[in-house]
Amino acid sequence: MDLISFYIFGAIAVLASLGVVGQRNPMHSVMLLIVSFGALAGLYILLDAPFTAVTQIIIYAGAIMVLFLFVVMLLNAHTEDDLPKTALGPRALRIGIVLSLALGLEVAFALSRLGLTTFSNDPGTVSAISSVAKIGTQLFTTHAFAFEVTSILILVSMVGAVVIARKES
Amino acid sequence: MLPAFISPNVVAHAVLIFIIFNCLVLSAAFMVWMERKVCAYIQDRPGPNRVGPEGLLQPFADVIKLLFKEDLRPAAADTFIFLIAPVISAATAFAAFSVVPFGTETTLFGLLSEPLRLEVTDVNVAVLVIFAITSMGIYGIVLAGWSSNSKYSLLGGLRSSAQMISYELSYGLSLAAVVMLAGSLSLREIVTNQSGYWFHVIPKWYIFLQPIGFLIYMTAGVAETNRAPFDFPEAEQELVAGYHTEYSSMSFALFFLAEYINMVTVSAVATSLFLGGWLGPVLPEWLGWLWFLLKVFLILFFYVWMRWTLPRYRYDQLMEFGWKWLLPVAVLNLVVTAALVIWLG
Repeated sequence: MDLISFYIFGAIAVLASLGVVGQRNPMHSVMLLIVSFGALAGLYILLDAPFTAVTQIIIYAGAIMVLFLFVVMLLNAHTEDDLPKTALGPRALRIGIVLSLALGLEVAFALSRLGLTTFSNDPGTVSAISSVAKIGTQLFTTHAFAFEVTSILILVSMVGAVVIARKES
Repeated sequence: MLPAFISPNVVAHAVLIFIIFNCLVLSAAFMVWMERKVCAYIQDRPGPNRVGPEGLLQPFADVIKLLFKEDLRPAAADTFIFLIAPVISAATAFAAFSVVPFGTETTLFGLLSEPLRLEVTDVNVAVLVIFAITSMGIYGIVLAGWSSNSKYSLLGGLRSSAQMISYELSYGLSLAAVVMLAGSLSLREIVTNQSGYWFHVIPKWYIFLQPIGFLIYMTAGVAETNRAPFDFPEAEQELVAGYHTEYSSMSFALFFLAEYINMVTVSAVATSLFLGGWLGPVLPEWLGWLWFLLKVFLILFFYVWMRWTLPRYRYDQLMEFGWKWLLPVAVLNLVVTAALVIWLG
């Protein structure tokens, strides 16, 4: 059952992500990206991490993608611009294929070296890791510095956005 | 012989889900009737009274009428998104209710070997699930507004996304305050934590500990469901019908359905978080769902009452209220609650 669900969610995530890059309508790309995030959330649930799944939906599918949608709607871009013809010759395409094949091999090699024994399947350990209280405690004790630095980073970018958007009076 | 995985409990659960689904659809029909009736009485007229006793069958007549109408589609619309937008709206509205508990466990008078919990599913992050699904509900409206390729629809969609993003913050912060008091994200645990009485009289509902949180939740809830006085996405005097201007027939009916089911969900969550869910005096425990229904009904009535009493705000007033008043109050409420929870243990 878990395996079937994994393949279904995995297939949806991969196909939707390919669609995001592959087709030319920005609105459809945004929607496919949401589908892909939803499938990822499903994978997190299969990994006994419901909190991660829900935050994935709230933050990425819920908040960030609404922003994307907003931008696409306001620009009213129905289709992407055509590719500039001069920049990409047949040679560039060939180099691209070689590079992506190399990257694919690299990823496959890295994944094959990954030991599967490092992950615990013990239900007690899994539930202890995925509990919301545990995540919160970890976040505010062990990872407090990283947490605060991220907060400051977001604050700075927010102030920056406000300054850029401000009208000259 | 039935396969092993079809136990009486699984069958009972399936039947329960079927009943919940149909009750939600019926509640939407009932809400349409109640809205028209209450509106009529507020305006000193009888309201629908031809179809069925006191016009009770009016919503069903409306549905049949909508079913037989022509499904129109603007020529310049994005076909796929135009068709899928109302489905997203309705599906998210139904999905959000799946984690709301409305009663304790039952064995159906000993028919079942294991007790059945009265809800679709018990998730240990239920509050967050509701928050996530409500935030997904925006897409139905925004996509409908964009794909119709009409200026009124687009403005409605833009307004709704801006409004929902603005009020979702206060909505989430008011939820967080209750979560801190209860120490749990499961709605069932939050409800059971509210059992008991202070001085044998006042029930230990979180509305008495979180009066400001309740007000914030209700205000943000009205904005989230696009109801008057915050019904900007469909403000008929300015935008014809807003995001669903170009919709007709069943697609329109789905938006209508979604709006009312969202109201029911917001009220049901308010009942669970602030009003003690199915807990109440007098009735035995297995009839607790009657208390739940009564509380949800009262909140829904309040919604309708408000719609026909208050005029619509201006758009800039809505934004100013959301960001400059509601959000700071919600943050303050959260900080004070956190301090008190730590101080009093």
